[in-house]
Amino acid sequence: MTTTATPLKRTPLYDRHVALGGKIVPFAGFELPIQYTSIMEEHLAVRNGVGIFDVSHLGEIAVKGAGALAFLEAVVPTDLTKLVDGKMQYTVVLNEQGFILDDIIIYRDSFDSFYLIVNASNIAKVEKHLQKYARPDAVVADFSDHCGCIAVQGPKAVDVVDALFDKQAKNLGYYAFKPLEGSDNRAWISRSGYTGEDGFEIFAGPELLGPIWDRLVTEGKKFGLVPCGLGARNTLRLEAGNGLYGHEYDETRTPYDGRLGWLVTSTKEYVGKQALAAKKAGIKERVVGFKVNDKAPARDGYMILKDGKPVGKAASGTYSPSLKVGIGIAHVAAEHAVVGTKLEMEAHGRRVPIEVVKLPFTPIRHL
Amino acid sequence: MALDLSKLKYLESHEWISVEGNKGIVGISDHAQREISDVVFIELPKVGRVVKQKESCMVIESVKAAFDIYSPVSGKITKVNDKVAGDPGVVNQSAYGDGWLFEIELSNPAELANLLDAKKYDEVKHHAH
Repeated sequence: MTTTATPLKRTPLYDRHVALGGKIVPFAGFELPIQYTSIMEEHLAVRNGVGIFDVSHLGEIAVKGAGALAFLEAVVPTDLTKLVDGKMQYTVVLNEQGFILDDIIIYRDSFDSFYLIVNASNIAKVEKHLQKYARPDAVVADFSDHCGCIAVQGPKAVDVVDALFDKQAKNLGYYAFKPLEGSDNRAWISRSGYTGEDGFEIFAGPELLGPIWDRLVTEGKKFGLVPCGLGARNTLRLEAGNGLYGHEYDETRTPYDGRLGWLVTSTKEYVGKQALAAKKAGIKERVVGFKVNDKAPARDGYMILKDGKPVGKAASGTYSPSLKVGIGIAHVAAEHAVVGTKLEMEAHGRRVPIEVVKLPFTPIRHL
Repeated sequence: MALDLSKLKYLESHEWISVEGNKGIVGISDHAQREISDVVFIELPKVGRVVKQKESCMVIESVKAAFDIYSPVSGKITKVNDKVAGDPGVVNQSAYGDGWLFEIELSNPAELANLLDAKKYDEVKHHAH
């Protein structure tokens, strides 16, 4: 038997990451920087100023045609009737068993034109699933290899974008998007992100993306802008209580045990609806946030215990640069998923006291 | 504490030891602290614990991951640096000074021959893990 390792992909900005001293690691099939200088510094730059991230690994799938809206309504559990042109909707794609295939963002360009932002590790899987339900009047096309993305995040993101790229971006509402000023419709900007801070995501083809990155790095300096890696992206999203596919959500989880019940509407039919309804009452675990009672970081996979007995497992964990304690998100038995409950985590053979706390860990400061 | 860096011995896993008589002081290399970066938590070994050469005896955690630290020699832990437990960032600031980790009484000094000298470590550190 021979094993063929899938070659890692590089984003259009790879050479720039190397030139900036980024420490390159494999992530979701891509070679990306985990950090440039320090996760801690990059994290705090985003909380207090502004940072940029190469998130070109994210997948982009277009859905076009007169039946595009009806098609999407049938493949996600969220009501899309209130989603208007130029706005976005976070949701999930469920499989026929009601389990989460991916968490995605739907961009509505017009009634017959939508863009789906999907997780890098799930692009092929989601595309295949959608193709199964595609119809003559709703064409599904993955264009991930032709589209990159830069996230500009932090309280000063609006100043940077306003000064360098787009005077109108500051008038964008949260989860709204439009063509980037002066880009001739070849780049798009949305007010969105993963860090819990105000910010923007700029989508463009490989040839436009590099020059945008370069301007942000050089001209952004006077705003204190810092290039940030995957490490800070993870600690920021965790503090903001945002799940990451493969950790909080996967194909063994439904929206109800993943804190995503709010995405599910009862007012329409969609793939996985019956299976999900049948599972709902039997779901025994919930997603909770927890704080470690000392500086020990939590890590994904740590066992969670109550009175010495396993009651769950950490899905994500880190040391919180903002709070200066260990934090984590765990799946725990529903009866212990109550804020204030004292539990323990097992870290390298040591039992460490933790406490269930409200998510997010740090205040959400986007619009 | 001023160490003569040229006299340090290393494990390929980036721990250094400075030996005087049958006593050794152990830390991690400057290269290792840079690779680990942002040390936020250190779980030191218990004083009195007997360890074998290359046995994992403590943990250093950064924001991104936990790293096992191996003892460069066999022996008994005689002292630990409580200062780094309270202020783990010292390991980043001074890997060969105030960021030392523990003292050990060597039970088999002949094992020092298994370690890398400073020059050899310098050659292999970028490929070692």
